[in-house]
Amino acid sequence: MARLTIDRAQKRFGSFIALDDVSIDVADGEFLAVLGASGCGKTTLLRQIAGFDKLDGGSIRIGDRLVSSAETHVPPEHRKLGIVFQSYALWPHMTVAENVAYGLTVAGVRDPERARRVAAALELVGLNGFADRRPGLLSGGQRQRVALARCLVTEPSLVLLDEPLANLDVHLRASMEEEFSRFHERTGTTMVYITHDQAEAMALADRIAVMDRGRLLQLATPSMLYQEPANALVAGFIGEGMVLPAAVLSAPQAGRCKVSVLGVEAVVRCRSDQPVTDRAKLCLRARDIGIAPVGHGGLSADVERLSYQGGYFRLEARPAANEDVVLHLDAAEPAPAQAGEAICIAINDGWVIPEHSLTDKAA
Amino acid sequence: MSLADPATLRTRVEETGLLWGLVGLVALLSLLPIGRLVIEGLAPGGQLSTTALGKVMASPATWAATWNSLVTAIAGTILATLIGGTVALLATLTDIRARNAFTFCFVLPLMIAPQVTALAWLQLFGPSSTLLKLIGMAPPLGSRNPLYSREGIILLLGLQYAPLVFLTLRAGLRALPKELIEAGLAAGASPLTVLRTVVLPLMTPPLVAGIALCFVSSLGNFGIPAFLGIPGNFLVLPTLIYQRLAGLGPGVLSEVAILSLLIGLIAMVGILMQDVMLRRRDFRITTTSSAARPFELGRWRRPVEIGLWSFAILVLAMPFLGLLSTSLIPAFGVPLNAKTATLANYAYVLLEHAASKRAFINSFLMSAGAATLIVLICVPLGYFIVWKKSRALRLLNLAAELPYAMPGVVLAIAAILLFLKPLPVLNVSLYNTIWIIVFAYLARFLVLGLRPVISGYLQIDRALEEAAQIAGAGLPRRLVTIIFPLVAPAAVAGALLVFLTAFNELTVSALLWSSGAETLGVVVFSFEQGGDSTYASALAAVTVLVTVGLMASTTLFAQRLPQGVLPWRD
Repeated sequence: MARLTIDRAQKRFGSFIALDDVSIDVADGEFLAVLGASGCGKTTLLRQIAGFDKLDGGSIRIGDRLVSSAETHVPPEHRKLGIVFQSYALWPHMTVAENVAYGLTVAGVRDPERARRVAAALELVGLNGFADRRPGLLSGGQRQRVALARCLVTEPSLVLLDEPLANLDVHLRASMEEEFSRFHERTGTTMVYITHDQAEAMALADRIAVMDRGRLLQLATPSMLYQEPANALVAGFIGEGMVLPAAVLSAPQAGRCKVSVLGVEAVVRCRSDQPVTDRAKLCLRARDIGIAPVGHGGLSADVERLSYQGGYFRLEARPAANEDVVLHLDAAEPAPAQAGEAICIAINDGWVIPEHSLTDKAA
Repeated sequence: MSLADPATLRTRVEETGLLWGLVGLVALLSLLPIGRLVIEGLAPGGQLSTTALGKVMASPATWAATWNSLVTAIAGTILATLIGGTVALLATLTDIRARNAFTFCFVLPLMIAPQVTALAWLQLFGPSSTLLKLIGMAPPLGSRNPLYSREGIILLLGLQYAPLVFLTLRAGLRALPKELIEAGLAAGASPLTVLRTVVLPLMTPPLVAGIALCFVSSLGNFGIPAFLGIPGNFLVLPTLIYQRLAGLGPGVLSEVAILSLLIGLIAMVGILMQDVMLRRRDFRITTTSSAARPFELGRWRRPVEIGLWSFAILVLAMPFLGLLSTSLIPAFGVPLNAKTATLANYAYVLLEHAASKRAFINSFLMSAGAATLIVLICVPLGYFIVWKKSRALRLLNLAAELPYAMPGVVLAIAAILLFLKPLPVLNVSLYNTIWIIVFAYLARFLVLGLRPVISGYLQIDRALEEAAQIAGAGLPRRLVTIIFPLVAPAAVAGALLVFLTAFNELTVSALLWSSGAETLGVVVFSFEQGGDSTYASALAAVTVLVTVGLMASTTLFAQRLPQGVLPWRD
């Protein structure tokens, strides 16, 4: 019933293309995170779904109802969805209870039904007893809860969350993350969560849509996104991946193939249809490489910098085979080498980026 | 276009209906009167003709009044710029104390009607000056009041509008990033050098804007040249228009239309020159940061404070004392002392004189009505201009500035032309009723209400409205339950500005009033013209008290106001 179907959505502001052919299908009850740096189009996407802006091309459907296309535009007040705003957007001239009750009043729900539902919503977010306060007197976390209660009280089948944790302290974020997660489990509402924070997206979402410059780069589960990035941009953005030129030497066998990178050979993961080519790109993460045991060969490199991270060191090393590349890897205490010293690096794992699948949205 | 569901359709009808209603209303208030005036100038009485034009152009009175207008407006502007500029620099950049109180006092003359200022200064000087008599310094009987002259007009114009330059310059100085001043000081320049080489060059735009505003206001001022110029037959364009219209009635409408177009044209030249002057150089300030730390005056602080306050007292308290002392004597020329002092003048103007009592009610109701209507128009108008970014309304926003930017006589003549004949279809005549004045107030002061409302909108997080929209509220409901409460403080400030300005105005009503539709300004003016200075002073004193009282009352809700919407508030 509350499926969200975005089909080839297009949005331009003058000559700037804010949304470029974005297609996302969100299943009923799914928790989708839209992840990207600022200016990637994720807020534009949210405003299209909410109906604050008009679409230039493509379509958006909520359930079976067409709400946005170049010709049709259902105004936000008739879309029957909920939003939690980044700034909370609580009305300062109303009490907490009045804020929460507003949507019910508009829908024609009257007391005592309205009062009962407001109390239930405040109870759900743990704010009973705050009904008569003004929002201005609440803490950031409490305001966030009021915003959540206000959004839930009308029981929308689709809830949009616009960076809801961005204005909160670090320690509050973890507890609010938990709150969202529990809430999603309990209500089964379809949720679209906009964020620039990978950790937040990974922790909360069933699937993540990664966006960049108005395009959808990849739509996949958090683990797939990390393990098997679809292109170099996602590989570089998620988990600080290093993207290196490589040659695929053998056809895949049980999901792995032999590659040559920076003058050494390694066995890494790849797609089952990965062809043999000398123009492939390899994604390595810090945890995929390490200092090679003495006498096992490996990739020689010069340590440029090392920084203590608490319990382990992060090393930045420049391989002798290609001076333009900087590799980073982690090494346990004590420091295995100092800046300026040479080390040997072993490549234990990696992922061959299926570069041709830039427009391939399969998860 | 595919068929929309009924709810969507209703929303669309509501929104476009409201938008086009507002577009029509603003066009009616701003474009229609000016358009009508231009047509009258080109084609008097509906026929293309140059007879009236030729007559006006051939009259030496036209050119004498134009010359007088230019001289008094330019000289008044120079005086206002010197006073307002100096005071703004001292009061904003240095560490003088009691800044808020000083700002209030310095800006006060701007909020007091020009004709009251003129009356007050007249009571201060001259052989019958009650105050000078009190201290035995009155000039000998039979000598002329020195203010009945070109110089008198220039002096009062300069004092009246110095706050305009002060306000625009102060707003600019506040936006000046402190780094720019500190960088100059760090480079080894003295504070005066920094002022000359950094601050003043960067302040060119607000200064020029203030000067242009001052010029247009001086040019359009009616009260001061009416009180000081008409007795000595020194006419400027607004007073010439007034005399022509008062002496000969609507028959000379084409001629006064051309005269008011002439004054409108001069005002336009002033505004355009501001544009040209600012186009030549780059004044953009790139950084934003907190306002500059005030320069320490050190041992000069006390003398500067004394200087500023004595100036404020001289231009504010002295004339008002003159006004007050005249209002307390039984007849003009009688010295004021414990035996002669009387409140009879107040009793007469407040309780006995029919026109004066009526004027109080008229001015109060018309100003309050105009203020209320303007707020009701401006809240949805500001919504479409700021948040919906409606292009039609953005253009009309400029059009709404027109009736206020133009001298008041221009709008008054336009309103006469518009309403001289009964309204078509309805067959109701507004001419010679209070409604023509109400219309003129709405047109002229709309922008006074709109500016605070727009700055109010700019400071509200739009997500507050979007949240209500998501909750399912349509535009009418959002306007009432969410938007209006949020912009209310700014709207109240705007309403107050409209009320005070309308309550104190004379320029528009001097040309539009009729028996039964008098305003306070008109009654004060006719008392003074009839030689009843004591009644005029009493009535003027009451309006000053009402004005100052209302201004002071804003401290009650000042905390909730967006910064900079009330000129007298810091």
